[in-house]
Amino acid sequence: MSTDTVEMVKMNGLQAINAALMEAMEADSKVLVLGEDIADNEGGGVVGVTKGLSTKFGTDRVKSTPISEQAIIGAAIGAAMAGYKPVAEIMLMNFTTVAMDMIVNHAAKLRFMSGGQSQVPMVIRTLTGAGNQTAGQHADFYEAWFAHTAGIKVVIPWTPADFKGLYLSAIQDPDPVMIIESGKTLFVPMDTPVNQGPIPLGKANVVMPGTDLTLVSYGQMMFTVMQAVEELGKAGVSVEVIDLRTISPWDKETVLASAEKTGRLLVVHEAGKNFGPGAEIAATVQEELFGKLKAPVGRLGAPYCSVPFAKKLEDAFLVQPPAIIAEAKRLAAMG
Amino acid sequence: MSQTLQNRASPDAATQLDIYRRMIRIERNDDATRTQIRRGRITAPYYSARGQECIPAGISSLLNDDDKICTIYRGIQDMVAKNMPLRPLWAEICGRVDGTCKGKGGPMHLTHPETGVMVTTGIVGSSMPIANGFAWASLLDGTKQVTVAYFGDGASNIGAFHEALNLASVWKLPVIFVCANNGFAEHTRYENGTAVDQISKRAIGYGMPGYTVDGNDPLDVYAHAHAAIERARAGEGPTLLECKTFRFMGHVFGDADGYMTKEEKAEAMAKDPLPLFRQKLIDDGVATAEQLDALTAEIEAEVNDAIEYAMSCEFPSDDELRRDVFAEEIPA
Repeated sequence: MSTDTVEMVKMNGLQAINAALMEAMEADSKVLVLGEDIADNEGGGVVGVTKGLSTKFGTDRVKSTPISEQAIIGAAIGAAMAGYKPVAEIMLMNFTTVAMDMIVNHAAKLRFMSGGQSQVPMVIRTLTGAGNQTAGQHADFYEAWFAHTAGIKVVIPWTPADFKGLYLSAIQDPDPVMIIESGKTLFVPMDTPVNQGPIPLGKANVVMPGTDLTLVSYGQMMFTVMQAVEELGKAGVSVEVIDLRTISPWDKETVLASAEKTGRLLVVHEAGKNFGPGAEIAATVQEELFGKLKAPVGRLGAPYCSVPFAKKLEDAFLVQPPAIIAEAKRLAAMG
Repeated sequence: MSQTLQNRASPDAATQLDIYRRMIRIERNDDATRTQIRRGRITAPYYSARGQECIPAGISSLLNDDDKICTIYRGIQDMVAKNMPLRPLWAEICGRVDGTCKGKGGPMHLTHPETGVMVTTGIVGSSMPIANGFAWASLLDGTKQVTVAYFGDGASNIGAFHEALNLASVWKLPVIFVCANNGFAEHTRYENGTAVDQISKRAIGYGMPGYTVDGNDPLDVYAHAHAAIERARAGEGPTLLECKTFRFMGHVFGDADGYMTKEEKAEAMAKDPLPLFRQKLIDDGVATAEQLDALTAEIEAEVNDAIEYAMSCEFPSDDELRRDVFAEEIPA
């Protein structure tokens, strides 16, 4: 068995990203890293993702910045257009709001608006996710905003192996890529191939085969989904689980093939349900598979409110396993 | 207090003539653009820089082809001064596939890396943060290249100005921040929107030199740009140049100028830098009237050729909507 030959190691997402950045910087002198507090002098990043990089590669290539998100993204854009491959950290996803002009009007659009003369091969790293009582300005999932913007790719990994592989691909991608790191995914250790290589962007991962229902999710919500799926298995519902990994451009082929096979689809994400990625996926699936589905496409996401502070409210805000189980059973009973 | 330049460089005769050539190329090109819009041959928003020619002409006479500029929607003068060829420029203004951006950018968003025209933004203030990135790359590359960020007085009130100037100074980036202060932020008079009487004073807050320059005097622009560029090439960091000028054609071409008095406009236009510099060149014996007329005729021919070329180019095919979104074409 070839899988037996893959040497595995327990590693968390944080270590996997660090390993990817180390490897990418070692292999390619054009790779740069910048952001608030990211150099070792400032602690190697707010949760330590970039620890060791400035010591190894120097503070010319690994630069801590002022708290200036527009200046961070602007500097990354210019350096990228001049032939470098910057990895710019926006500490938390809510802080992308103060750099929206640079990200949306410039990074994403300059290739198109210049008729292909400008290339902006940069990565924007950003951390988010509810569950730590950080409330409404430190925890939002805004992937739909960026997925709605033509010209920037949006990636939300779950496993450490995917972090490593998707980072390696994103850094070498000729276009801007935003990678969203969701809190829990950085800290839960998982078996990871020691020599994990690049994983292509835009490809979903069928985590578990099943026959009754296709369940699509991504990021830290995958932990919740896997808990629910275990319970569903005990209850006799066979779920095919797809980790979308890349939100834009998303892997329609894999999702459509699975939904056609099972006849039922449930999309679960932490982002708000209203106008969330689930809406786009559901709309596409009904356009392509109308008449072949046994049940309407189900969607679970956050309610239409800001991320709350109180633990009780935060727990109610987040999609929990019982909600997934109930919705999956409801859909599985149809058709 | 804004600073006073100590050692003033002066352009030699050949450089003065070069500056004049760039000015007249800007002015003839601008005149032709307005003419074509009036005749209905092109439909595009146009932000004329008539009256502001000295600024990019003086600066560009000190730049090399591989020095870079990031400019704004009122920026064609900056590109023409940087010797951008007029054929692809006009084809772009006309929305043709042979335009420098294949007709996808238009007059507010021209790009021409071969002449260092890296980014033209339609967003007030956004030239500055991106210019920093090019300058950072020059430092890493170990070249002596500099990047010029052009913007207007209105842009000095947007947050990007603050973030970009602070970062450039902390990182000692080879950037020259050039503010064309034409007295109006869109329709709002300078003093109604800006809390300080000289934008150059803001440089103090960023720990960089700041100068208020007579933007209608090519020799004053040259002297200050010379100092700023030398400082940047020497690795000493950025400079803020506030070049005082006036725009003769309002905010967007066709606006009614109701926010300024006829008298102040007439007074400003009486100080039109082009005829004044022309007369100075003649008086100083740098060139004869005949030589300058011949130069103008040569430039008019270049402009006319570019217009006719542009009008003969094809419009882009609809397939262009799927190209250049990403490096890889989006499937139909």
